[in-house]
Amino acid sequence: MVPVSYYLVLSGILFACGVIGFLIKRNIITIFMSIELMLNGVNLAFVAFAAQWQHLSGQVFVFFVMVVAAAEAAVGLAIIIAVFRTRETLNVDQLNLLKL
Amino acid sequence: MTPSLHLWLIPVLPLVGAAINGFFGRRLTRQAVGTVALTFCGAAFAMALYVAVRFSSLALPHTEFLAHWIRSGDFLVNFEFYLDQLTLVMLLVVTGVGFLIHIYAVGYMWEEGGFYRFFSYLNLFMFFMLTLVLAGDYLQMFIGWEGVGLASYLLIGFYFTRDSAASAGKKAFIVNRIGDFGFLIALFLMIRHFGSLDFSRVFSAASHLPVETAGFGLLTSIGLLLMVGAAGKSAQIPLYVWLPDAMEGPTPVSALIHAATMVTAGVYMVARSHVIFDHAPNALTVVAIVGTLTALFAATIGVAQTDIKKVLAYSTVSQLGYMFMACGVAAYSAGIFHLMTHAFFKGLLFLAAGSVIHSVGGEQDMRKMGGLHQFIPVTYITMFIATLAIAGIPPFAGFFSKDEILYRAFLANPAYWVIGLFTAFLTSFYMFRLLFMTFYGDYRGSTASGQGQDVAHSGHGHGSPHESPTIMLAPLMILAFLSFVGGWIGIGGRFERFLAPVFSSGELAERATETGRRGLEWSLMGASVGAAVLGWYLARLLYQQKPRLPQKIAEALGGFYETVVHKYYVDELYATLFVKPLVEGSTSILWHGVDQGVIDAAVNDTADGAKHASDAARHMQSGNLRSYAGWVAAGGALVIAYMIWMGVR
Repeated sequence: MVPVSYYLVLSGILFACGVIGFLIKRNIITIFMSIELMLNGVNLAFVAFAAQWQHLSGQVFVFFVMVVAAAEAAVGLAIIIAVFRTRETLNVDQLNLLKL
Repeated sequence: MTPSLHLWLIPVLPLVGAAINGFFGRRLTRQAVGTVALTFCGAAFAMALYVAVRFSSLALPHTEFLAHWIRSGDFLVNFEFYLDQLTLVMLLVVTGVGFLIHIYAVGYMWEEGGFYRFFSYLNLFMFFMLTLVLAGDYLQMFIGWEGVGLASYLLIGFYFTRDSAASAGKKAFIVNRIGDFGFLIALFLMIRHFGSLDFSRVFSAASHLPVETAGFGLLTSIGLLLMVGAAGKSAQIPLYVWLPDAMEGPTPVSALIHAATMVTAGVYMVARSHVIFDHAPNALTVVAIVGTLTALFAATIGVAQTDIKKVLAYSTVSQLGYMFMACGVAAYSAGIFHLMTHAFFKGLLFLAAGSVIHSVGGEQDMRKMGGLHQFIPVTYITMFIATLAIAGIPPFAGFFSKDEILYRAFLANPAYWVIGLFTAFLTSFYMFRLLFMTFYGDYRGSTASGQGQDVAHSGHGHGSPHESPTIMLAPLMILAFLSFVGGWIGIGGRFERFLAPVFSSGELAERATETGRRGLEWSLMGASVGAAVLGWYLARLLYQQKPRLPQKIAEALGGFYETVVHKYYVDELYATLFVKPLVEGSTSILWHGVDQGVIDAAVNDTADGAKHASDAARHMQSGNLRSYAGWVAAGGALVIAYMIWMGVR
């Protein structure tokens, strides 16, 4: 049996990759994907603990997270399309004004 | 129930005149302005005469209650008028001489701008001066005291476009503040210890205290503080410096305020407070010494002045010194007597000097006059009478009063008498010097002069000197008459007996005259007449017969003469000692240091601090998504680090 710490380390690495990607990438789509990566890193930690303690609530949480992530993806992508239509760019450094 | 005299009318009448001229004078013609001023001032004089007529039928002292002013617990101040013999003398002098000078001023100021303003101020002065004289308590006196200071300030600075006049006004006001400070502290002491400022209550309380022969008790403190106030108002050492500068005002102002009436307020105040001074012999000695020294000091300065009004100004300071000398030896009635005769002859001297200045087109330098007696005979004769009066030649007014003072000073301490006699000689010398320089010899001015100081009379096409109009000459003649006969009421101690009920020490004087000291009195009289004649002779020698001699003497005296010409450098000394440190201290410490460095800095630094702090915070709100994310990540990392740290512990 693989020890839970392995999963947690992997989860941490995934989350850190997400954070770093979020911080250093300029493209809004990549940033969006980094958010997904962070969410999945957290999901991994949830299921790892759920498996260790033989308890279902961790799994249930993961489903909730997935649902929220799906909804967020829908809304987020819609926003990104709307932004791209008005600004014609996806570079977040240029998206620093609330109004045009 | 004593009959009401409506004393309040006396000061209020000039106030009405001042109000009419002040508010509506701009729209009135000169004739109307002059009429209003003269009517109300004359009415006050008429009221004073009426009071004098009714006087003998009154129970004295007569007080007239008007209203309560301040009520605070036991402490009560009323608006109240107080009339006794002393008040009556002052009342007649102020209204009488004041009225004459008003008449003169109409002629003198006729061609001036601000005619209505001048008469409004002049009437206002009369109001405050009469308030001062008629006051029934010290606080009301203080109103008048401050009010005459205000009127004096306004009138000295009457030609306010001229810088020297404006600063002379300020100087007078500020120097008087120093004196007023002493006066005020004295009032506070009275409130603290007597619980009242009312004359009768203060004096009855003071007269029950023991005489403070030694040490520095309550009454001595009050007396000395009152003397500080009197020294400011009456231009005594060390506060006399404002009076010569006050000559920047128009000449009628110099005559009325700075010779005849206002500057004598200090003498009046000391005489009025005689109960306090009688119980504080040390304070009285200070009064005598200050008066004696001022008399001598100012007379020596007067000898070397060349400006006709400056000579008279120093002469005024010197004569006021005589009055304080008299008060200082407890000869209050002699002081008041001299106050009265001085009002006549010094008022006349100033008015005549104004007439001289008028006649030569605004010139005030005596070196540019000379030979004027042929041009302006009336002015010459009146001024001659006034000079005889001030020099102390019998039977003119000044002789009687000055002789009385010198006699009483001799009884108190012969040292006072010696200095007083020498001063009398100096007085005679500088007055005859003025007379000879102005009226004798050849006319030294240019006939087309127009360079004078007096804005009034410069440059209206002056030819040779000309006599003044009748409206100016009439007051001169009346005052000349008074300067001639004014002293006669003092013959045989009549004036003293009249004032005796006020100054209970009067019997002391009568005792002195009755103990067969007639011989002494006559010899002292001879000495003072001798001093006056000597002064006349010397002036005649130096300024008429040998006009080159004064310059030689001046050169022989060298440095000392220079010092006297520069008035002993007192103004410079005060500038170095007080004015400059104050100005520089205020500039560097109070302005740059405290105001800019602390107060402004505190306010500005608070604002700057908020600005800088918010500036730093503002940079966080860059609008850049990734920097926000960075802050969130950093915050998250911090929280996690904290939790780990807590967990490890």
